[in-house]
Amino acid sequence: MSSVVGEFLQASVRTATPLALAAYGELVAERAGVINLGLEGAMIAGAFGALVGAGAGGAGAGFLVAVLAGAATAALMAMVVVWLRADAVIAGTAVTLLALGLTGTLYRALYGVQGAALSVPTIAPILVPGVSQLPLLGRVLFEQPVVTYALYVVAAGLWWWMTRTHGGLALRAVGERPVAAAAAGISPVRVRAWALVFGGAMGGLAGGVLVLAQVGTFAEGMSAGRGFIAIAIVVLGRWSPAGVAGAALLFGAASQLQYVFQSLGWPVPYQLFLALPYVLTLLVLAGTQRRNAAPAALGIALTEEAR
Amino acid sequence: MISRADARLGVMAATVAAIILVVSTILAAGGYNAPHALSALWDGAFGSVYAVLSATLVRATPLMFVGLAVGLAFRAGVLNIGAEGQLLAGAAAAVAVGLAVHGLPRVVALPLVLAAGSLAGAAWAGVAGWLKLRFGVLEVISTLMLNFVATYLVSWLVRGPLQEPTRVYPQTVELSATVRLPQLIDGHRVHFGFVLAVGLAVAVWWILARTAAGFRIRAIGAGPSAAQSAGGIDPSRTAIVVFLFSGALAGLGGASEATGVTFALYEGLSPGYGYSAIAVALLARLHPLGIILSALLFGALEAGAAAMQRDANVPSVLAVVVEAMLVLGVLAFNRVRSSGRQA
Repeated sequence: MSSVVGEFLQASVRTATPLALAAYGELVAERAGVINLGLEGAMIAGAFGALVGAGAGGAGAGFLVAVLAGAATAALMAMVVVWLRADAVIAGTAVTLLALGLTGTLYRALYGVQGAALSVPTIAPILVPGVSQLPLLGRVLFEQPVVTYALYVVAAGLWWWMTRTHGGLALRAVGERPVAAAAAGISPVRVRAWALVFGGAMGGLAGGVLVLAQVGTFAEGMSAGRGFIAIAIVVLGRWSPAGVAGAALLFGAASQLQYVFQSLGWPVPYQLFLALPYVLTLLVLAGTQRRNAAPAALGIALTEEAR
Repeated sequence: MISRADARLGVMAATVAAIILVVSTILAAGGYNAPHALSALWDGAFGSVYAVLSATLVRATPLMFVGLAVGLAFRAGVLNIGAEGQLLAGAAAAVAVGLAVHGLPRVVALPLVLAAGSLAGAAWAGVAGWLKLRFGVLEVISTLMLNFVATYLVSWLVRGPLQEPTRVYPQTVELSATVRLPQLIDGHRVHFGFVLAVGLAVAVWWILARTAAGFRIRAIGAGPSAAQSAGGIDPSRTAIVVFLFSGALAGLGGASEATGVTFALYEGLSPGYGYSAIAVALLARLHPLGIILSALLFGALEAGAAAMQRDANVPSVLAVVVEAMLVLGVLAFNRVRSSGRQA
């Protein structure tokens, strides 16, 4: 395989990593029946948390604070949506706005308007001995920052947990038939709340990856819609762990493709590649039969008998 | 025993207290001069005739259009969160048509431009409406996706077919005077779009409260299946009509912004008006006349925040924090879902 294609694929996996981490978080929330539009907020909170944490105690502390910050936004979301039973779409939008506003304000309040000079060292890719020497995909998959390896573990672990354990069954039951789940002794309120918090923590981790493994600094609004892309990835991936992996790679590759076309000098507008994944998501949604892959109770609030 | 009224008062008090707490914490953490910042906020919004007529009302205008768009859709249970994309589509179409028809007299050109904006907004919303009607695609997801497509479409237009001739700046040339909305008062930036928005708010209120179509909209918002079985209303047909009108309102907002304020198309034309719209509509509890007031409030807040950044160096995104907290407060206050769906 030529090095151009190899580099392209490697960069695609790198770009896909934060998208996939956030998407796996959203997958769990949606399989419990809640669309979390606050994911974008969790991501920017995670990015800011990573900057603060890494400034105080290095990359490890950065990732820890990122996860906690993302989980905190989702806890707020859970409180409003699951406990107060407010509309999840509106609440999620508000949580995202709140996180974007708070991080933007705090960043300038704490680091000043000229805070752009503030940078943290990014973590280096690690070459996994053995597997990275595999032909074709060895370096593509196994010369990546440690968070990408964490992603592989999460993806496999989630698939196993969702399909093979009681906890995963409870999660899916709440997303499909909350009343029946409640009758079977599962607490839909608790399941949805924890699913949201997990999703937020993953969104926060994804934000941390942006700062600590990719950009090396924080900028206002740097999540730039990636949280919403992650939601699209879940839909495009038809709410399955394997589908999410494929869809995340597709989004990662699409945003890398613009650089390939640029370097080849092909006069295709780069915005086309940026818009393509969204259009593709719409087409896939339209092409697949009426919502049948979506959890049946997705976006539907819990009634009294399901509490 | 706590009565319901007491609980609601409690939520209101808690929301206001939380906002004051967060804002003062941020001001203290940043080492800002809080009284100075707050007086800059007030002066920027209401402190002078100029502040009201050239800042607050100008900021309130697009918020009123998109607030109405979102409010109308939510009343019918249509979760259109794509006002941002519909506004951008409207602004792009208005500028494109405006550049083409600027040779015509104003009485012909300007209505054409505004019509193009509304049609583009309606078409952009229509895509999501059609996807829902034909394929059952959730409008929450499709409108969100279309927001991004619209953003990149504008980004392409201002670097491609609509870019100014020197090809230096990512924007169009400025619209000529024949396709600009007239100012209401000489020397002040408030323009005809404000009057249009207020007029539309009254019209939407009248339609919702007094007409059969308005009844159908409120009925499917309250419960689509009941509206169908008891009222003989076709929920999906009503929903798509609402979708189109909602998009037209947002698109007209984009046209009004392009022809009344920016006079050109560029990427940062909307600082997220389509998202603030949700807060505007919700604070008014989806009431069209209330949306006039909440748009004015948010317009004042954003105008004041801009002045606060200018004069007291306090980041203007603080306004977004206040907006978001207000929305969460209203959600807690209602404790009722607006979509009316239950499992």
